[in-house]
This record gives sequence, structure tokens and C-alpha cells, in this order.
Amino acid sequence: MEVVFPSPQQIMRRAMLHHKGFLMGLSVIIVVTLLTILAPVLATHDPYAQDLGQRLIPPVWQEKGTWDHPLGTDNLGRDYLSRLIYGSRVSLLIGLSVMLIAGLIGTTLGLLAGYFGGKMDMFVSFLVTVRLALPAVLVAVAVVSLIGGSTRIVILVLGLLVWDRFAVVVRASTQQIRPLEYVAAAKSAGCSTFRILAQEMLPNLMNNLIVVATLEVARAILLEAALSFLGMGVQPPTPSWGLMISEGKEFMLFYPYLITIPGVALFLLLLGFNLLGDGIRDVTAPEGR
Amino acid sequence: MIVYTLKRLALALVVAVIVSLVSFMLIRVSGDPAIALAGEASSAEQIQHIREQYGFDRPLLVQYLDWSWRALQGDFGESPYFRLPVSQIMGDRIGVTMTLGGCSLAFAVLLSLPLGILAAVHPNTWVDRLALAIAVLGQAMPSFWFGLIMIIFFSVTLRWLPVSGTGSWRHFVMPTIALGYYATPAFMRLIRSGMIEVLSSDYIRTARAKGLRWPKILFKHALRNAIIPVVSLAAVQFGFMLGGSIIIESVFALHGIGYLAWESIGRSDLPVVQAIVLMLSLIYVVLTLLSDILNAVLDPRIRVK
Repeated sequence: MEVVFPSPQQIMRRAMLHHKGFLMGLSVIIVVTLLTILAPVLATHDPYAQDLGQRLIPPVWQEKGTWDHPLGTDNLGRDYLSRLIYGSRVSLLIGLSVMLIAGLIGTTLGLLAGYFGGKMDMFVSFLVTVRLALPAVLVAVAVVSLIGGSTRIVILVLGLLVWDRFAVVVRASTQQIRPLEYVAAAKSAGCSTFRILAQEMLPNLMNNLIVVATLEVARAILLEAALSFLGMGVQPPTPSWGLMISEGKEFMLFYPYLITIPGVALFLLLLGFNLLGDGIRDVTAPEGR
Repeated sequence: MIVYTLKRLALALVVAVIVSLVSFMLIRVSGDPAIALAGEASSAEQIQHIREQYGFDRPLLVQYLDWSWRALQGDFGESPYFRLPVSQIMGDRIGVTMTLGGCSLAFAVLLSLPLGILAAVHPNTWVDRLALAIAVLGQAMPSFWFGLIMIIFFSVTLRWLPVSGTGSWRHFVMPTIALGYYATPAFMRLIRSGMIEVLSSDYIRTARAKGLRWPKILFKHALRNAIIPVVSLAAVQFGFMLGGSIIIESVFALHGIGYLAWESIGRSDLPVVQAIVLMLSLIYVVLTLLSDILNAVLDPRIRVK
């Protein structure tokens, strides 16, 4: 009788399908991704259209709620559900772009530090220390307020600020791989340093990199929301969840749904990315929990 | 030990210099700080006047050396908004932020220490799951939103606590929970994984085999080793919390450094913003320096590395 052993990929796939947190996180992110893609179809109203005759209508489950505005309207009479749906675009766009910029900077620094060691390592560690010493939110808020807030500026400023975790993780894992034989083999075969870093080291760091990237998307989304909440991020009338909470704050005592609805959406999205990241880590490197 | 301390001190000094350079350049990212200070609507003469008054017309290096030399002596210039020395304004506010940071740190440690230990001693039980759930929820909870929800619940519905302000200890309860909960997941994970690692080590098994009582093993032998990384995390997190105070203090209108920073950014009070960025960075540098030295004292292995 032939015995078939499952391949490593199959084992990993099976472990993922049995990891509740991973599945929950993945479903949240799939739902939000669908929202961003299908926003023009799903939104029943123009998220920017104001109607002062329809101000502060409560959600449908409260008295005086109507099905025309299932999640009610804000203080300018804009449909809250439509703004919430379009807001998911801002969160995902900023989260992913910041992660890409930060990932590029952090991974490059981490690879160089881990591979070359010595002075290069000292230099990168020094950069990380300086970065951590600077209060990220405060610096971001100050810079955005000085050069003017827009989605592009927020992405750039945050991307240049949050690469520290990428650098730290990639540096540590590069140091682990560095003494392995296949690196020495590539070297003796005459591969260029760039080729060794890009084609030998990087693919073997992928698991760790994906975990950090997932968690960093959550961090970037949270920072964008905090910045917009402080009024120094994405500018009105763009529908950003952080901005919606900030605008609803004034009215929250009488119309608490104005802050609970975007807040719950933000919380669920962050929870999704965190669960996904933790899940991938549990499956790929269970000792890292 | 002395060599290690000196090396670490030198690193801290270099970091401090770079950090001061960044805070100095920060208010110049938009180009001319004089325009930002004077306001968009001001005339060319007014801008020129401010440029001369603040010395922005001098070479950058001269400005930096002058500014950092004065800052070393505790002189951060004058706030154009308050017409008062920046150091005096900061001195009035720093106590509130330090209190908030201290209370939040205490909250995070007091919540995560017992739960983290229990979770490590009884892995995969309900305690472990509870600790994990608290950590996962804390990671995903936007602290400013958590603060607002607490205001609706505890201040408006139950009327237990004041909505905002700085007057009494009651004003610090909700900000402490909001800021402290944000730091809890990191502590919880570190304490849990540290305790699990220590508890599975040989010397704990030896201690058990010798017949030592369990509480003594747990607190005297295991916790002492698991707590070492917690010390450095506490230093780092305290620094982060001071930085995060800008969000929490503006939610609760708590008149500390963070709220001052937010207001000052809004009214282009640049000398204050600059001084706060520098001060928070330096506090972080000093805290991590102290914790590294403390760690080297607690754990001799670090000194050799």
C-alpha cells in the first residue's frame, strides 16, 4: 500500500483552515475589500451629498429611523451608510500604501543590517533607536499641519515613520539565515550581493515579513484614524472613519450612533488584520506567539 | 559593567543630538517657519519682522547651535501665543502628563501581571483565553474611540465621572484606562511567554523535585527571571504613552503636554511644538538608557554581549 505524506503546503493550509482567529480575520478583510470594490454599487446615496432637511436622522433600529437611511444621517444630512462604505476605501488605501512604503524602507534596512553586520548593523540599529525616540503621532500631526493634510501627504508621512518594526524583524531573521549553507553556496557560486539578498534571503524571510506586514496595515489604519480624529489627517469632506468619529464627537451626547457606527467599523477592521497576522504567525512559526 | 555603561551613555548622547536636530528641522519642513508663525494673511513686512525677531534669517547651523545651546540651559524661547517662556508653560503642564503616564503604566502592569502569570501557569484554560482576548481586543481598540465610548457610558449615562477637565483624580480615571489598555497587550504577551519559557526550564524542574512549595517557586524563582524584559518594556511603553497622550488628552481635554501640543499645532505656536517633541524624545532616550543599565545590573549576561 502506498502511503501519501501531505506536503508542507498542505499541512499549512490545513492548519490555517482550523485556526479560528485566522478565518475570522480573513472573513472580515474579505468583506471590507468587497465593500471598497463594490462601493459605487452598494452605496445608496452620494457620500458627499448634503441635505439639510434630512439632518441627524437616527439609524433604522431606533424610533424615527427610516429604511431610506439605514444607518441614519450626519449633521449635514449625508447618508451615514454610504459614507461608511466609502470610508473603507480610505482606510484600506492608506493602510496598504503606508505598509508598502514602510515595508520597502524597513526591509531594505533590516536586510543590510542583518547581512553585513558590523558598522552597517550599528548604523541601522541607531536609525531605529532614533525613530523610536521620536513620538510618532506628534511628529506626524505637526508635519501634516505644516504642509497641509491630504491623503497623499498622510500616506507619505506615516510611511516614513512606521518602518521600525519591519527593520527590527527582518534584521533578526536575516541574522538567523546568514550563517546557513545555501547562502555560502550562493556566495561561492559567484552570485552578486544583490542577488543573494533578493533571491536567496528575501524568499526565506517571507513568512515573517507577511506577519509584520499584516500587523503594520492595522497600525497604519489606526494611525490614520487617530490623525484624522485630531483634524490633521485626511481632510473633510472625505469620508474617513476617523474623521467621521471626530465630526460626530460634537453631537455624540444626543446622537451617540454618530461615533459608535464608524468606531465599530474601525474596530472590526483592525481586529481583522490583527487576527489574520496573529493567525499566520501561529501557523508559520508557532513558537512566536 | 563600567565599559557597558559608558558605551550605552555615548549612544544615548548621539541619539539625543540627532533627535534634537530632527525637532529643530521639524518646524522647517514647510520651508519658512516665519510664514507659519505670522499666519497666512500677514504682510511681507510682518513676516520679515518675525524672521528677524526669531533669527530665522541666520544660517541654519547657527540657528541650530543657538537653539540647542539655549535648550540645554532650559530656555526654549518664548511662545508667540502665550507671550510667556515655553519652559514655564511646559512646567505647568508636564505634571498632568506624567501623572497620566504613570497611572496608565500602573494600570497596564497591574492588569497584565496577574493575568499573564495565570495564563502561563494554566495554558489553554479559560484564564489563558481571557488573557488572549483582552490582548487581542486591546490591540484593535482605537484608544480615542474607547475614550469617547467611556464618556458616553460612565459620564453621560451613569453620571459617575466628569466628562473632561483636569480638576481632581476623578478626571484621570477614564484617560488612564484608555491609555493603559492600549499598552496592556504588549505586557500581557511578554509576561505570558516569558513565564512559560521560564517555567519549562531545568532549574524550575529541579526546584520542584527538591520539594519546594509551588508559590515560592513561582514568585521567587520564576517571576524574577521573567520580569527582567518587562522592565525594559515598561520604559519603552512609558515613552510611547507620553507620545500617545496627545490623542487621549485631547479627547478628555486634560490639560497636559499632549493637549498643549495639539492646541499649539492648531495655532502654529511652533516654539512650543518643537520643545514638546524634543522633551518627549529626550525622556524616551533617558528612560531606555536607565532601563538598559538596570537590566545589565539584573542580568549579567547582557553586559558581555
